[in-house]
Amino acid sequence: MPDLIDILIIIAKLGTILVVILSLAANLVLAERRMLAWIQDRQGPNRVGPQGLLQPLADLIKLVTKEDLRPAGADKWLFLLAPAMAAIPAMLTFAVVPFGSPVHLLGRVITLQVVDLNVGVLFFMALSSIAVYGITLGGWASNSKYALLGGIRGLAQLISYELVMGLSLVPVVMLTHSFSLNEIVAAQATVPFLLYQPLAFLLFFISLLAECKRTPFDIPEAESELVAGFHTEYSGLRFGLFFVGEYLNIIVLGGVAATFFLGGWHGPFLPPLVWFCAKVLAFCFVFIWTRGTLPRLRSDQLMHLCWKVLTPVALGNILCTGWWLTIKP
Amino acid sequence: MSVVKDIAAVSQGMWATWKHLFRKPLTIPYPEQKRTPPPRYRARIVLTRDPQGGERCVACYLCSAACPVDCISMQAGERENGRRYAEWFRINFSRCIFCGLCAEACPTMAIQMTPDYELCSRDIMSLLYEKEDLLIDGCGKEPEYNFYRHAGIGVVNPRGGNPDEQPPVDVRGLVP
Ligand code: SF4
Ligand code: SF4
Repeated sequence: MPDLIDILIIIAKLGTILVVILSLAANLVLAERRMLAWIQDRQGPNRVGPQGLLQPLADLIKLVTKEDLRPAGADKWLFLLAPAMAAIPAMLTFAVVPFGSPVHLLGRVITLQVVDLNVGVLFFMALSSIAVYGITLGGWASNSKYALLGGIRGLAQLISYELVMGLSLVPVVMLTHSFSLNEIVAAQATVPFLLYQPLAFLLFFISLLAECKRTPFDIPEAESELVAGFHTEYSGLRFGLFFVGEYLNIIVLGGVAATFFLGGWHGPFLPPLVWFCAKVLAFCFVFIWTRGTLPRLRSDQLMHLCWKVLTPVALGNILCTGWWLTIKP
Repeated sequence: MSVVKDIAAVSQGMWATWKHLFRKPLTIPYPEQKRTPPPRYRARIVLTRDPQGGERCVACYLCSAACPVDCISMQAGERENGRRYAEWFRINFSRCIFCGLCAEACPTMAIQMTPDYELCSRDIMSLLYEKEDLLIDGCGKEPEYNFYRHAGIGVVNPRGGNPDEQPPVDVRGLVP
């Protein structure tokens, strides 16, 4: 029976996470714009505040004051709900991610994780499946061909890559004998799974890129073909929700990847929380770097890559891991 | 192995962008820093004068005809000595695309492009430049040239009296 203080602690953790992740996402937008600019030998947004640091605030004001349009013939409720469906699963995923070692405070042990589900991996997989609804229904409800095409592409892409993502996590679960993210982190106290499972990590990373709809897998919102893809018809704060949702996704999935393969908050010398943040930010950086480098795949190449290359490799990897685990003394 | 080749290609791309990440940007923060455009940069148009201070333009309409967006208009006038001039001359800079064809077409080097590129205004009518706004006191890029010292009707010297000119042919003398 959790007492009042436990509930308060959980609420405090939730609040902190929400604030930190949301502001991080807003600043990630700025970081991405500046980094892409540097990659392209430009300056990037540097007007609002010192080095453009207040740009997220300006963007927020802009988005809030824009008119919230709803196209004629759009499915009203789905259209209004879709952006939330895209952003909320990303935030919920963070509930199972352990972001630091337990802290002792006033005689209590506070785990730096909102809940330690014993099926954390499945919870994460389930939520990332739910994220499909946001973009598909958003694209469908807009009553626009571009949005619909984007939605359909997103649906096909996310469902396919979900599979690779799941398969690439199986070796991790096999190594840990547990679905709990806490146990997975604990199992990596000395050696991160990245060294045991480099192939699974690569597969997981590629499917992460696809899950976040980032280049080279940004075909659901391919600007050059589909205007803006599934969120073509959105404006104002709803567009902002889709937009921030994408960056929330990056941060959260970066955290998840750090948990599964980079040893979570484990690391020498520095405090655990710092290690975790550094790993997440490193992931964000790699995401942005990839976006600055790779061109977009075609829809058929995407499917080809997923079903003919990544899935067989992931299955083979599972077999090899199983074989190794059985012959291991 | 195409996989190896593909991985190598991707790594090459990543390495290239990595290097550019730390390079100094090529662009400059504009209103604080300004680049000096090269002297032949094509921006705000001026009407120049000849070395003696007279207007060069002879209102021949060639610039106006050459202009692809039809933004030059004028009205030709004539002085007592037969010298043509523009009664009014107007360039609509809100339409001009700074292609430089007018300057190329001008036989008297009157109309010339300058590197002054900062032409913008919230009031579109202020981009309509009249002759007074266009006419400058100098010769622009051709400090020596005076059309009437090489050709044309006898404004400076009598017809055919310029050093590099032949006297006018007596067409009647050609009759066999
Ligand atoms: S620069 Fe080109 S567009 Fe502008 S006035 Fe001259 S001919 Fe016309
Ligand atoms: S082409 Fe030159 S001389 Fe002729 S009207 Fe234009 S500016 Fe005047």
